[in-house]
Amino acid sequence: MELWYSLVELLPFEWAAPGTFFMKNALLAVLVVCPLYGLLSTMVVTNRMSFFSDALGHSAFTGIAIGTLCGLADPMWAAILLAAAFALLFTYVQRKSNMASDTVIGVFSSTAVALGIFIATFDSGSFTKFNSLLIGDILSVEPGKIALLAVILLVVVLLWLCSFNGLMLSSVHPALADSRGVQVFWQEAVFSMAIAVVVTVSMTWVGLLVINSLLVLPAAAARNLARNMRQFHLFSIVAAIVAGVAGLLASYELGSSAGASITLYLALWFAITFLLRKTRL
Amino acid sequence: MSVHKHGDSGPGCAGSCCLKVADLGVNFGNEEVLHDVSFHLHCGEIVALIGPNGAGKSSLFRTILGQVPHSGVIEFQRAGGDKTRPLIGYVPQSPSFDRGDPVSVFDFFAAAISKWPVFLPAPKKLRAKVTACLERVHGDALIDKRLGALSGGELQRVLLALALEPLPHILILDEPLSGVDIDGEKQLLDMLDEIRTRFDLSILLSTHDFATLDQYADKVILLKSQVLKVGPPDEVLSSPEFQAVFHLDLGKGGRN
Repeated sequence: MELWYSLVELLPFEWAAPGTFFMKNALLAVLVVCPLYGLLSTMVVTNRMSFFSDALGHSAFTGIAIGTLCGLADPMWAAILLAAAFALLFTYVQRKSNMASDTVIGVFSSTAVALGIFIATFDSGSFTKFNSLLIGDILSVEPGKIALLAVILLVVVLLWLCSFNGLMLSSVHPALADSRGVQVFWQEAVFSMAIAVVVTVSMTWVGLLVINSLLVLPAAAARNLARNMRQFHLFSIVAAIVAGVAGLLASYELGSSAGASITLYLALWFAITFLLRKTRL
Repeated sequence: MSVHKHGDSGPGCAGSCCLKVADLGVNFGNEEVLHDVSFHLHCGEIVALIGPNGAGKSSLFRTILGQVPHSGVIEFQRAGGDKTRPLIGYVPQSPSFDRGDPVSVFDFFAAAISKWPVFLPAPKKLRAKVTACLERVHGDALIDKRLGALSGGELQRVLLALALEPLPHILILDEPLSGVDIDGEKQLLDMLDEIRTRFDLSILLSTHDFATLDQYADKVILLKSQVLKVGPPDEVLSSPEFQAVFHLDLGKGGRN
């Protein structure tokens, strides 16, 4: 961290002066979280899981509510566990039933939200203590949590190296992937759990209401321009990082929420790529 | 196709390489999808599977691929009588993927045949290998096209090239002619003909196009949850069973 602080102090910003740390922490957190979202985003979009990741955010909220009810010091762990279980159960139900995936997602999402609100307001509890989750506050991030995020980034990159081919194949053509020995169910389950963990861990800083946009917009914009998987990943990750840093700086200047600012930058980028996209068949 | 009927591995299978399906049954829940399905598939043979929608053609394929639990026997033996698990090349029905996905033919192919993560810059060797595979179906020019930009026939050729790597003993094609225009159809069938002689493999395909059967298929299997009729195209198309199922008479000279 010392190295990072001294590096950032070289930047010509008001907040980069020695002595204050919150923006330096936030900047580092953004630099770790954004590539993570850029990477996961590619598969969320290719696999048509945008609503699924949204539902996961809801289940993470429920997990936090349960964790708080049980009086855990850090309800995040309960939330991670619940979101991972939710992801597994979802993948299972979707594979074993012939329901359309948006129906399955609707079922799970609304159940999770209802359960979360039920628990949060149980015994006339007040919902306001959960408000911070909805908006998120990236300035509150601590070095310990950044380390945790960095570990998650590493794990996800490893997961990507090992299983991306199988994942892509199962999303393009499940039957073909199956016939070539890809364990479609487990690939999808592991991938969903990875999203679940990432969403849950970063929810506190990004904000539940906008977190899904980070999982959708980078790749949605990249998809407008990319012609193959290499370009797709490159565009998605670069867009996430640039928008992340720009959004953080804007939120500092304007005093707005960082999560929302990042999302708006991404949305703007999406609009630009949409206009730039080559008309193709 | 002349096959000597002797030996100990059941009728029609002796010595030569052969896929033997005997008394096959498949149930999904309480619903019986297939029962008493028996047939043989020899090397170098093109066998066409016909039957109405819902007759269990795709289920039969998935069963042979080992994706569906079944009763009965599926056995494969190599030339000489060794019984081993066959390598099966599978060409699925044209996938219903999103046409705008940024998945190039190379991405798709490389993801299926190698462990190299396709989101990283590709090594030259892998690209050369994919090109070589595509050359088998005269499709090497397609390598940088997106999957969504391919025509029906081009997509079938890419899927076919994929099914031929690694070179299988049996090639299974699920309705390869649907969504393919007349030129593409002829090109594809000629290619299958070329492949079976070049690589000496058995081809099993399902189709609704009875007009081309006579020209390309050695044997036709009429399936409707059980095998109603097996034999040379002409014999099956003029059989009472065929007429009963399709209400058509397509015997000698008949064209739909």
